[in-house]
Amino acid sequence: MQPGATRKAQPVRTEQIILFRASSQVFAISSASVQEVRSVDGLAGSPKEIHEPSLPKVRHMFRRGERNVYVVVVTAHFGLRPSQASLIFLLRKSRTALLVDGIEKMTTMTRLQALPGAFCHEERLWYRGLTVLDQSVVPVVNPAGFLTEEELFVLDAAAVRMAEAGGPPTDEMGLNL
Amino acid sequence: MNHPEQLDARSCVLLRLGERRFALAAEHIAELVAPSRVYRFAHRTPGIDGVILRRGRVVPVCDVAERLVGKKLTYRRFYLVATRRRGANLDWVALPVSGECELITADLTPASESDSPHVAAWLSHDGEVIEVLNLDALTPGASGEAVVPHSGTPEAHA
Repeated sequence: MQPGATRKAQPVRTEQIILFRASSQVFAISSASVQEVRSVDGLAGSPKEIHEPSLPKVRHMFRRGERNVYVVVVTAHFGLRPSQASLIFLLRKSRTALLVDGIEKMTTMTRLQALPGAFCHEERLWYRGLTVLDQSVVPVVNPAGFLTEEELFVLDAAAVRMAEAGGPPTDEMGLNL
Repeated sequence: MNHPEQLDARSCVLLRLGERRFALAAEHIAELVAPSRVYRFAHRTPGIDGVILRRGRVVPVCDVAERLVGKKLTYRRFYLVATRRRGANLDWVALPVSGECELITADLTPASESDSPHVAAWLSHDGEVIEVLNLDALTPGASGEAVVPHSGTPEAHA
């Protein structure tokens, strides 16, 4: 190496994220994991109510192609106070959709910090980590943390039971919140 | 009669929680900082109040007063930022304290089996017998503590 040669600066890895609100809290999700953002009124696929007592955070489902997609009420998932949701995030390569209050903004994060080890319960599944934006700490959600494979299995079984029983009436106008 | 084994003199930081004083081995102390904004987000780990930012690092705030003196602190004078070893990494936690902290050197008496798990040792200072705290037993997420999802849906701490 030549003396005085300048060291190449490491390119900063950035990730585009969507900041969204659920109840009074702001969360971030990688925009790469969101396939569509829809208004609750404009959701195609005839959402249906679903009632699975073990999963009260899921109240609606709809069909996408051959698959059932389950709508997770984000406030219920995180144990937050119920709020007026207006948007649905359809997650990419997933049978999960998220019911959220609204989008704060889209931005980029340059650093994702691991959740400190003191957090040792479900939040370790809920979050990929934490990021600092404008001197504020924002949890970055794990898209796979909203419904586990086991929970999807339980919901599929509930959907089958519901179909066999005739099912509740379809809410053609969108989600009945 | 056997007397408890006396350890060598060690540096400790005395901290105040309400009316009581406790000690932490000085080697576990990173810094003492003025209270700053606590950021809160949904989680289910009891004992964590939120997080603070220290030089870009996210540090969880663990209010240990409720466990040690029976009630949460109504007044936070400082955050004592301490470290715990977790595998190959150091884990940071901020402990709210209600008064000045003091660095002392004291002889430690090891804890006995009948002591609470949060007591690592005892020291005597100014005529007072003081618990030297075991951070691993006192704060959540110490190595070995399992991630156990709750079966119910308790209120999230947000």
